[in-house]
Amino acid sequence: MQRHVCWIIGLVGLSSLGLGCARTDGPAGSEIVIGEFGSLSGSEATFGVSTKEGIDLAASEINAAGGVLGKRIVVKVENDESLEDRVAAAVQKLINYHNAVVVIGEVASGRSMVGGPICENAGVPMVTPSSTNPKVTERKKWVFRVCWTDDFQGEAMARFAYETLGARKSAVFTAINQAYSQGLAEYYEKTFKDLGGNVVATESYQGGKDRDFKAQLTNIKSMAPDVLFIPGYYTDVGAIATQARQVGISVPLLGGDGWEAEELFTQAKDVIEGSYYSTHYSSDEERPEVSNFVTAYKAKFSKTPDAMSALGYDAMKVVADAIRRAGSVDQEAIRAALEGTKEFPGVTGSITIDENHNARKPLVVQQLKGGKPTFVKSVQM
Amino acid sequence: MKSLLLPTLIAAGGIYLIERFCLPSVNPYYVTVMYAAGFNIIMAVSLNVINGFTGHFSLGHAGFMAVGAYASAGITCKHIEALRGALIFCPEPVANSLILLSVLLVGGVCAAMAGLIVGLPTLRLKGDYLAIATLGFGEIIRIIINNIGSLGGGRGLPNIPPLTNFFWTFLCVVVTILTLRNYTRSSHGKALLAIREDELAAEMVGINTTRYKVVAFVMGAFFAGIAGGLFAHYNNFISPNGFDFIQSVIFVVMVVLGGMGSITGSVLAAVFLTALPQFLSPLTRLMETWHLAGDPKNVIYPLLLIVMMLTRPKGLLADKELSWAGVQSVFLRLRRGHAAS
Repeated sequence: MQRHVCWIIGLVGLSSLGLGCARTDGPAGSEIVIGEFGSLSGSEATFGVSTKEGIDLAASEINAAGGVLGKRIVVKVENDESLEDRVAAAVQKLINYHNAVVVIGEVASGRSMVGGPICENAGVPMVTPSSTNPKVTERKKWVFRVCWTDDFQGEAMARFAYETLGARKSAVFTAINQAYSQGLAEYYEKTFKDLGGNVVATESYQGGKDRDFKAQLTNIKSMAPDVLFIPGYYTDVGAIATQARQVGISVPLLGGDGWEAEELFTQAKDVIEGSYYSTHYSSDEERPEVSNFVTAYKAKFSKTPDAMSALGYDAMKVVADAIRRAGSVDQEAIRAALEGTKEFPGVTGSITIDENHNARKPLVVQQLKGGKPTFVKSVQM
Repeated sequence: MKSLLLPTLIAAGGIYLIERFCLPSVNPYYVTVMYAAGFNIIMAVSLNVINGFTGHFSLGHAGFMAVGAYASAGITCKHIEALRGALIFCPEPVANSLILLSVLLVGGVCAAMAGLIVGLPTLRLKGDYLAIATLGFGEIIRIIINNIGSLGGGRGLPNIPPLTNFFWTFLCVVVTILTLRNYTRSSHGKALLAIREDELAAEMVGINTTRYKVVAFVMGAFFAGIAGGLFAHYNNFISPNGFDFIQSVIFVVMVVLGGMGSITGSVLAAVFLTALPQFLSPLTRLMETWHLAGDPKNVIYPLLLIVMMLTRPKGLLADKELSWAGVQSVFLRLRRGHAAS
């Protein structure tokens, strides 16, 4: 027995010594390594892939223009398979194996909340392109985001429903197992009530699991709301919208940036016709940043970029800008430069990082017409 | 008990020395992978007692892990200051260890209770039915946690104090392995094997099958709860989605690959399957150059399982253990082979 234990201990000790001797790539002088962790496979693969494409496009543009501080940007990507327990290894690998100067990631707030503390401890700046949960950057010295937060989005949609659409009775249909969905619903309900509106029904479903929503939708219908807010991901919204129409809910549907996906717009074309959703940017906007980005993206990937690509692109550009202003790859200097980001002309609007490390920037409301999202209005924070 | 104490003490000393002298020179990335392997070893070995030794297919192991994780992290998130205050007379590392140990125990006991509640009615089921019942249990746990607002609900529980360290993780690994090894070698373990081979015959020779099955199930759940507590205090963030059906399947794959009824097999499979994804990123990049999107793991896992099912249907080390004596006998046989030729 004791012999077995000694044997095990010996093995663990040897292997850790062996690992200690294993060399890692030293930082090459002519390159700046940017790490990215994302969901390249698994349940939220489309988000991860879109983000990666945006980051790659930005990096290749920066390198074509001579790089940053005369050095090439190299993006190292680690896949976390949409699983929270893979994030720690992915982020540690970026920091300690690839020697990333800055880490970019994740889309899902839950996974950013695993990566954040690791970067915080290691003293490596982390920029999330699209995690909108307020807790991601709360009390963090090293974590930033280039998107707005759930509270702003929920609030903006409540204002849009109350002021622009003139709705007075609203129903909310939340994915109870998704942080994102609950956050949005919370701030939407609060603002809608504060404005004087009435939230007549709040129902919930299991995001990514449930397929039959008719019981909840029938309850919602019986309360006769003016609008129905569905802050879920596109993977569920198609089925929900179809069944909502089947049970006879004909009022406009509202949603958040989780709706942003080509599949939803084309497959559920008829049932979500006329619905509104908030997002980070519209490819219809006529700013030069947007048209340049859309043209370059179409040329490289032969499809229209979605919001995740735009945010990934902006995250990379904001990071490059901060390194340029920091004048070195010193991580403390980059952190300070990120904090000082002011009115950076991004694809998703003018980005200013506030004292809580969140981006102050506009939000776009789009309406679906004939299977295509069309720009309705831009809301300033 | 006596046979557990001495090896555990030796192991504690060894792990402490490793943590103190080897670990600081190891790249933190490898250490992270070692932690992940440690959690997975506890999960795989404890599941093996249920799936491998007793032969009852459970698909809800991640559910027990979730119970342990949420029970322990729920306490530390809410009351860490009070606990630290109560232990103010201890130096900080000692206080942290005491807190970690006590919440791990709470997590383990909660998971064991869940195991008892689930096990009593469902272990009367056999084969596929038990698999479905335990699968249902895992989903129920996930949905219940989704609806508990004070534990963060679907938004997850952030800012869990980082109490887990290398020493306690690997000491728990060693204790799990030793306990379950002793258990499965005892007359209890023989009873479990008898149940697996032929439940009716086992009953005929006087084995109280329900009792043994429930005890095995509860033990498996207890250690899964411990692993959950360690994971929660390592990851600093947990959410119900992290403990879904897919996770349970990953643990089952570890057991099946390593071999039903082989503890060393489960350990090897857990380490192998934890490390495997780490080596795949070059392959992913290679696939990208051929314009193939996706995760090579999704090809490798099924291939691995198919090949194994065809060649070794009970797993790599079915009912066998790797041991010193085994290795020695292989060498001896080789040498004898040489001498003969």
